[in-house]
Amino acid sequence: MNDETKFGEFGGQYIPETLMKTIEELTAAYAHYKEDPTFQAELKELFDQYTGRPSLLYHAKHMSEQLGGAKIYLKREDLNHTGSHKINNVLGQVLLAKKMGKKRIIAETGAGQHGVAAATVAALMGLECHVFMGYEDTQRQALNVFRMELLGATVTPVMSGTQTLKDAVNASLKEWVTRLDDTHYVIGSVVGPAPFPAMVRDFQKIISEEIKSQVLEREGKLPHTVIACVGGGSNAIGAFYDFLADESVRLIGCEAAGKGIDTAEHAATLTTGDVGILHGMKTYFCQDEFGQIKPVYSISAGLDYPGIGPEHASLFETKRAEYVAVTDDEAVDAFYYLSRTEGIIPAIESAHAVAHAIKMAPTMKPDDILVINLSGRGDKDVAAIARYRGVDINE
Amino acid sequence: MNRIAQAFDQQGKKALIAFITGGDPNIEMTKQLIIAMAHAGVDLIEIGIPFSDPAAEGPVIERANIRGLASGTTVNHLFDMVKEVRKTVQIPILLMTYANLIFAYGKEKFMQNCQIAGIDGLIVPDLPLEEMGEFKATCGEYGVQQISMLAPTSTGRIEKIVEQAEGFLYCVSSLGVTGMRSSLETTIGDLIEKVDGKLPCAIGFGVSTPEQAKAMAQLADGVIIGSAIVALIEAHGEASVAPVTAFIQAVRKELD
Repeated sequence: MNDETKFGEFGGQYIPETLMKTIEELTAAYAHYKEDPTFQAELKELFDQYTGRPSLLYHAKHMSEQLGGAKIYLKREDLNHTGSHKINNVLGQVLLAKKMGKKRIIAETGAGQHGVAAATVAALMGLECHVFMGYEDTQRQALNVFRMELLGATVTPVMSGTQTLKDAVNASLKEWVTRLDDTHYVIGSVVGPAPFPAMVRDFQKIISEEIKSQVLEREGKLPHTVIACVGGGSNAIGAFYDFLADESVRLIGCEAAGKGIDTAEHAATLTTGDVGILHGMKTYFCQDEFGQIKPVYSISAGLDYPGIGPEHASLFETKRAEYVAVTDDEAVDAFYYLSRTEGIIPAIESAHAVAHAIKMAPTMKPDDILVINLSGRGDKDVAAIARYRGVDINE
Repeated sequence: MNRIAQAFDQQGKKALIAFITGGDPNIEMTKQLIIAMAHAGVDLIEIGIPFSDPAAEGPVIERANIRGLASGTTVNHLFDMVKEVRKTVQIPILLMTYANLIFAYGKEKFMQNCQIAGIDGLIVPDLPLEEMGEFKATCGEYGVQQISMLAPTSTGRIEKIVEQAEGFLYCVSSLGVTGMRSSLETTIGDLIEKVDGKLPCAIGFGVSTPEQAKAMAQLADGVIIGSAIVALIEAHGEASVAPVTAFIQAVRKELD
């Protein structure tokens, strides 16, 4: 069995005793199905036929020419069914839940992308689905709430705490501990107690495997740099994982700097946080001197999380990956830039990665390959961006 | 004999354990409530350190955490308050805290201050057996006992849990979070039988009326009551000493 309970000092299983039996069962089931050719074949079939994998690797010619440096490619996870990378993980976990005989899934969601993916796959596989979403996020992403309900899911707005993603995780954990037998908690990122961080990464690593073979085929060499946005960090770990052993490849994660890391309104966990314990894992968190978790902020509901996956914390400590902070303003500029330069509207989360690429590309050489993981599409963000720019439109 | 062992060594009398959240509605009231409950017949007191993300709590104690934080209560205030209380109260006092509050404070300094204040043990709901090692050695160094939990789902894990447990076993009555349950169905009695008297067992989660306390006490060595007391504090605020005292006396009467 591949034991990845901890990544260096990070990770672990900091959860109530009541949950441990279920976590042990999940660990054993995943260890089994991970090596099961039938399971892997079924998952590949879903990836190829339902999601539309492999996703395109698109050469952003205009962007490369305008910025005048690196040759830029976009990994088009935004073209997946449901519009983001989230479906990769959900297909894997729901297939596993079904094999385990579960009848019902629960999920937390921030921007709604994971919730929509969970509701979609639950509809596909005939499972009941219950999504917890911070009340503030239900207001920011009202369209996604209706989308989940349209797909047959129940959406519960979470009124406690900061009414955002972390509170949705709290509510999901509470629901799970109340109803363990028939329910699987589909965690949406590489967070939570083991085995979730390694398992979710395994379902997302297809992104870096595809990037590697696509770049090698087109360019005959490895990329110079891969950039991805980081909230919990699932699209980033997916885009990084197959390159971890290729030390020449620079890996850069972009955290949300909100209104600036020198303000109180940001979600830049690695840039400003400290090591702590929450949501079943030891990793970095935005917290005060007494260990109270700080309210975080980002224009992007998907990056609005006070922690980060433990494997990222480890990659940060070992310096194998670099982490930078990108502000709301920079992300919104990049949102417009990519829309107008390439005709591709990125998710505001992914726009954080685009923003850093815009800064970095001009400093690179023309034969350096820069890959941006475009983790999601931006349709869901159009109304919010309009409001940010002072245009009041209804969704 | 340490204070926790004394709480369970009363010739067949069942131990009554009371939980309140520190600083709810303020630190002075927490002090008064501890003194009053000790006089009313509580054998052991658990004080929750208010936390921003109390993921094991139901709505009643979650709201108490919010009130505790709103009153500006930190763990330092709790250490100082317990030091004061120790002048008159001799029953064991435990802190109920999420792991991050110990981790952020620094485990060494935390345990040292527990020892100085006269805190006998810790209950950390997000530290299962697998992560007990996080603070165990430091606890031992300062004579602070770390209480292990047993849940209805612990069947395959009892032996390992009991092997390293100390003080008493906190037995979770049923699945879910803390909070009052109108009816309490539990299989925890079967698990407690398997503990086979190696350690005292107290049942908590959902025990909210004197009658439920009596029923649960028949399965164990003691009962833990939290949300029912916290709900009285929520309803009566600074006037909660009298109703909490009356409630404790009613439970005590039913137990004895």
